Amino acid sequence: MNVQTEPKRSKEELIDKLTQPDLITGSEILLRSLLLEGVDCVFGYPGGAVLYIYDAMHGFDDFNHLLTRHEQGAIHAADGYARSTGKVGVCIATSGPGATNLVTGIATAYMDSVPLVVITGNVATNFIGTDAFQEADITGITMPITKHSYLVRDVKDLPRIIHEAFHIANTGRKGPVLIDIPKDVSAHKTIFKPVTEVNIRGYNPTVQPNKMQVDKLIKAIEEAEHPIILAGGGVVYADASNELIEFVNKTQIPVATTLLGLSGFPSAHELWLGMPGMHGTYTANTAIQNADLIISIGSRFDDRVTMNLNGFAPKVKTIAHIDVDPAEIGKNVKTDIPCVGDVKAVLEYANTKAKPANNAAWIAELQENKVKFPLKYDQTETELKPQFVVEMISETTKGEAIITTDVGQHQMWAAQFYRFKNPRSLVTSGGLGTMGFGFPSAIGAQMGNPDKLVVSINGDGGVQMCAQELAICAINNIPVKIVIINNQVLGMVRQWQEIIYENRYSHIDLAGSPDFVKLAEAYGVKGLRATTKEEARRVWQEALDTPGPVVIDFVVPKGENVFPMVKAGDTISDMLMGDSE
Amino acid sequence: MTTKHTVSVLVNNQPGVLQRVSGLFGRRGFNIESITVGESEENGLSRMVIVTTGDDNTLEQISKQLYKLVDVIKVVDLSANPMVARELALIKVNAEPIMRPEILGIVETFRAAVVDIGPASLIVQVVGDSDKIDAMVELLRPYGIRELSRTGVTAMIRGSVK
Repeated sequence: MNVQTEPKRSKEELIDKLTQPDLITGSEILLRSLLLEGVDCVFGYPGGAVLYIYDAMHGFDDFNHLLTRHEQGAIHAADGYARSTGKVGVCIATSGPGATNLVTGIATAYMDSVPLVVITGNVATNFIGTDAFQEADITGITMPITKHSYLVRDVKDLPRIIHEAFHIANTGRKGPVLIDIPKDVSAHKTIFKPVTEVNIRGYNPTVQPNKMQVDKLIKAIEEAEHPIILAGGGVVYADASNELIEFVNKTQIPVATTLLGLSGFPSAHELWLGMPGMHGTYTANTAIQNADLIISIGSRFDDRVTMNLNGFAPKVKTIAHIDVDPAEIGKNVKTDIPCVGDVKAVLEYANTKAKPANNAAWIAELQENKVKFPLKYDQTETELKPQFVVEMISETTKGEAIITTDVGQHQMWAAQFYRFKNPRSLVTSGGLGTMGFGFPSAIGAQMGNPDKLVVSINGDGGVQMCAQELAICAINNIPVKIVIINNQVLGMVRQWQEIIYENRYSHIDLAGSPDFVKLAEAYGVKGLRATTKEEARRVWQEALDTPGPVVIDFVVPKGENVFPMVKAGDTISDMLMGDSE
Repeated sequence: MTTKHTVSVLVNNQPGVLQRVSGLFGRRGFNIESITVGESEENGLSRMVIVTTGDDNTLEQISKQLYKLVDVIKVVDLSANPMVARELALIKVNAEPIMRPEILGIVETFRAAVVDIGPASLIVQVVGDSDKIDAMVELLRPYGIRELSRTGVTAMIRGSVK
């Protein structure tokens, strides 16, 4: 199989075949329903409880199934697919250990509002509750980390449940939905009739905003002198980037984008202030601290953004909060103007009324800060700096690549030094901070975007949490460029131990890591290494020129820290700016 | 200001729905003082009545977070309205024959009922608001309470307020 698989038959022929009323098994119902939902790629791992499903998949080529080497790889891949395409990501695992191996990935998707449909097998219904072999109460285990879940007890419910699951996953505030299918249900037969309507009484997300509230926001903009927009992942998920740009152009309000919001607003825009929060820019953090009006758009006042709430935005008079999830409004900060609704719908309406704010002096001040306090690092040395690697990737890809990151220092450097241009071009675990996410999520992103360049930026710690998925890249020729920023330690932990724990470096040395070039080669993937700037440029170009997957091991010094930095418990006014200040 | 709230939650009568609701309270650090569940006026729907404590912000979050559950149809803060709240308790109290007239006197005053008589004990059934049951329990305590079982509060808004 290749990423660019051509469909075996036309879509019309397929739909005609799928919607014929046939007496078929639950497993076949599942496959047909997935196709009718538009699924073209599934990530999974078979096992006893899902053998009927995999049996139905034998010789089935209407969608791709990628056999990952660990269920965690499968769910992060489905997550990367969903974040980069806006479509629902799907993964399949067996009961018990297969299902529990998904838990980290489900929690990751839940924290970042990523639409997934997670299908797990379970023991047959007559064994449920008996502590049967490979039984786990996965709906119970995942209740706090799913938007909704189903345990299918009757095969007749399956078409409705699958359709509902896709609807719930990808509407309102998006999120993972789990469908647990007992083995006998996947074997039982029933007449399949596709379900095309959804009627869930307790589920009616508010899409269109209350216009009076948006009018209030427009009025607040007219009165504000120091307004700022805090744009988050909700902008990306609502496909509202263009509306946000229009809103900013009309109102002339500067924008800080949170980690998940980074790709939602072009870094090249002159009113972009950078990322706020713990490793945010001086300009963005100072702007928040001096703002009289904060407009949060699809951002949830996460503690990595606000830091200590007691010192957050001390001069603010009005906080407006646009969010599709009413429960986010007022959860962490007191909101004066709540705008519940889909970010795109809210901005579309706001754009019909928006006028420039009276804030020329404010913009001038922030522009001055951008020049005076840019993100920087010591470039005088000849040694290879991690920030340089990110800048090099940013320049050579011209911001057109899809970047996935793992979690740690390299993630923050990617956030700080990559110039994002297009929405959905950053795939990163924000809320849960899941190490092991970066590389498998790139596999999913590449499957969803076969024509785009996908670059996965990892640390040497996180990449080892799912490195086994190199096999998938090799076998399927998935041309992901797997960058390792290799500083031989757990960098972010090292940084905290240096700054907060007085240089007591406890268990951060990653000595014993494999030779990553040889590791890649062992899987049949090309491996390259660079230890100097010059080598870095050369091997990176070689990687870009290589049609298939490549692992590039960039060996960097271990002592480099991420600045600015706000220590946990401090306010965002208390930025440490680093030695190179 | 932290106060007591009585919240009524109309839910789909699905397996696991009690776990979803109580799990939400536990995970988000909301307090549950009592929780009762039973059938509602509509087939397929159950009504939970939850007594909780918290300030107004907490109550707002409880309501909003509950609404995020797909199986939750409606959330009403009953205590924001004039309401009727009732709880039932069964109290097994030591009652040698010689003590019985005294105990029966208490039972009568509280319009409670004796629902079982054993050789040396009585089971008293009392219905009312929680304060009344507290008072009844305190009065019976000197005789020796062997077993106490309370249902938790169920409640409704008075009149036609919906």
